[in-house]
Amino acid sequence: MKRLISTFAFAGAFGLCAVGAQAATLDQVKSKGFIQCGVSQGLPGFSNPNDKGEWTGLDVDFCRAVAAAVLGDASKVKFTPLSAKDRFTALQSGDIDILSRNTTWTISRDTSLGLNFTGVTYYDGQGFLIRKDKNVNSALELSGASVCTQTGTTTEQNVADFFRANKMEYEVIAFATADETIKAYDSGRCDVYTTDRSGLAAERLKLTNPDDHIVLSEIISKEPLGPVVRHGDDQWFDIVKWTLFAQVNGEELGITSKNADEMLKSENPEVKRIVGTEGKFGEGLGIGNDWAFQILKQVGNYGEMYDRNVGPDTPLKLARGTNALWTKGGLQYAPPIR
Amino acid sequence: MADLAQATATRSRTSFINDPKIRSILFQLAALIIIVLLGWDFLQNAQENLKAQNIATGFGFMENTAGFGISQTLIPYSESSTYGRAFLVGVLNTLLVAVVGIFIATIIGLLVGIGRLSKNFVVRLLSSVYVELLRNLPPLFQILFWYLAVLSALPGPRQSISLFGEVFLSNRGFIVPRPVFAEGTGYVVWAFGLAIVIAVFVASWSKNRLEETGRPLPTFRINLGLIVGLPLIAMALTGFPVSFEAPELKGFNFAGGVRVIPEFIALTVALATYTAAFIAENVRAGIMAVSHGQTEAAHSLGLRSSQTLRLVVIPQAMRVIIPPLTSQYLNLTKNSSLAVAIGYPDLVAVFAGTTLNQTGQAIEIIAITMGVYLVISIITSIIMNTYNRRVALIER
Ligand SMILES: N[C@@H](CCC(=O)N[C@@H](CS)C(=O)NCC(=O)O)C(=O)O
Repeated sequence: MKRLISTFAFAGAFGLCAVGAQAATLDQVKSKGFIQCGVSQGLPGFSNPNDKGEWTGLDVDFCRAVAAAVLGDASKVKFTPLSAKDRFTALQSGDIDILSRNTTWTISRDTSLGLNFTGVTYYDGQGFLIRKDKNVNSALELSGASVCTQTGTTTEQNVADFFRANKMEYEVIAFATADETIKAYDSGRCDVYTTDRSGLAAERLKLTNPDDHIVLSEIISKEPLGPVVRHGDDQWFDIVKWTLFAQVNGEELGITSKNADEMLKSENPEVKRIVGTEGKFGEGLGIGNDWAFQILKQVGNYGEMYDRNVGPDTPLKLARGTNALWTKGGLQYAPPIR
Repeated sequence: MADLAQATATRSRTSFINDPKIRSILFQLAALIIIVLLGWDFLQNAQENLKAQNIATGFGFMENTAGFGISQTLIPYSESSTYGRAFLVGVLNTLLVAVVGIFIATIIGLLVGIGRLSKNFVVRLLSSVYVELLRNLPPLFQILFWYLAVLSALPGPRQSISLFGEVFLSNRGFIVPRPVFAEGTGYVVWAFGLAIVIAVFVASWSKNRLEETGRPLPTFRINLGLIVGLPLIAMALTGFPVSFEAPELKGFNFAGGVRVIPEFIALTVALATYTAAFIAENVRAGIMAVSHGQTEAAHSLGLRSSQTLRLVVIPQAMRVIIPPLTSQYLNLTKNSSLAVAIGYPDLVAVFAGTTLNQTGQAIEIIAITMGVYLVISIITSIIMNTYNRRVALIER
């Protein structure tokens, strides 16, 4: 029903008047005073309400970072939980300003949905979760298996490619929400559960006996997960893109939420540019000159955000791996702020 | 007579603009033109704006490769099939649930509806409990109940419950042997067809005979014998061309055999039993609408209770039952879109779900999907209305 309404809103928005120059997202956000952020319906570590009902997670923190940059207050965010299949319509129709919901960057999504991906907040790949007592050690032993997955995901297509390429039989059962999917897997309807490996680590926590299951070593796809905005609003696109770059650069320069205030006194020109004591980079973005400082002070740098939500000390226990800074052998690399 | 002539004369004198008939046609025409123009403008604008926003438009996507798998396909389909094919698979899966669901719901509904008026207290109580319980629980809840509490609780394929080693029930569904047709099957099919034709003749002949002589024939038994017997004889003569391939455990699942997936069973059973509760109430209302005098008259003519029900009460009750029954059938069909909650690949899941998400063509896909439900509804209504006209009271 919700989907139908947003489809109608979407059809209405595009059908009734010539859109031409749409009102800039930045102006709308400033005038309403908060950012509407599309997240998942509950994926621990990425976007999940805690016991107090507050949203937490990497994707949630990213939206907070954008709010800190634009509105100077990281708490000025409202969240819209979205299923995998409803997420793009919600963004297209203007229901949300940013989609930050473990969404894989692919060419078709980037070029035919009227959307733009702003970067990669988490480099991931698809994997399989299976019961230990099935005695399977490799994904290549899965011929004939029933596979549970969620509709409207890249997962659904990757699993078809994988089984087809390896000439294996399979049966895929696709559910609308993550909870339904994991429940069906837990009850034994499927032999394997497949999604992004970060998602496996998160969803696994919802199983009756998480320790009875293992993640197979194969990674069958590339899943660069990142925030998405509407196509055609370059200013907003720049702001969201540079929010992540500021967090990555912040980590590289050792600026954290704890030492941000001291860093205002730093003599290092790179640090000065990022905290806004030198240069006027906020102007180019149409926001305050302390934008990056507010991000780092209120939300923290990329590494802090990672460790807090999905890192080794969290229930997800995900090692930095490919998400380490480029200087530490990982892929996180941001263009310079200058 | 004179009045009428005068009226016609007056009408012909007034200008045609004032003729109510012509005027109403003109207004309707004008309204239609405005709607078409608005619709056209809407489409044009939508197309231009979507293009400006870099969102794909048009129906060309139907020819692109779908690239995803579907767990139940009534026609051949693979990941390399097109979105158009996936759409057909979805439509057929929706129709399958609708047809099987309607069939089961009608039978249960009829029995429970009659049961609610039974003279037997226990039957009456059970029927009431059935209606009150199922009618008042949300259908989504009932679907999830059947899926998660009943079917998922079954053992895995290796520990399946087996009947005669041929039929298996597990949390992967219901697996029965697959019939394999060898040469000669054609004769058996012909024999079956022939049996049906003869059965129709027997039925109409015995009806005529009943009306002429008043002596009933055991038509049902004769026809059952025909329909089962003739194909059996044909099979024996052609040396039993139909054999069965038993399902076999291989790796994770069963190989061979025909599998009815648990998603289908859960959805169909839940919707059928849910809708049956409403149908039962329609049936009860219909029967109660037949005046008691009819029953008494039938009894005094010497008809037995079951005959009274079958020959006198139900045919008259049908007139009251059919119209609301139609809307129950439509409800069942529309409720089948709850399928996505349990991963049954119906039209909404496959087309308005996965396909929409992969192509992003929301407007086209939602329009097509609504069109399909509309067509299904209209066809159902036409069939039911035709039937209704046949049973309606013909005043003589
Ligand atoms: N990265 C993939 C998959 C994203 C996805 O939806 N994953 C599921 C399974 S981990 C999920 O996040 N579910 C949470 C929810 O639906 O709320 C994509 O963009 O298509």
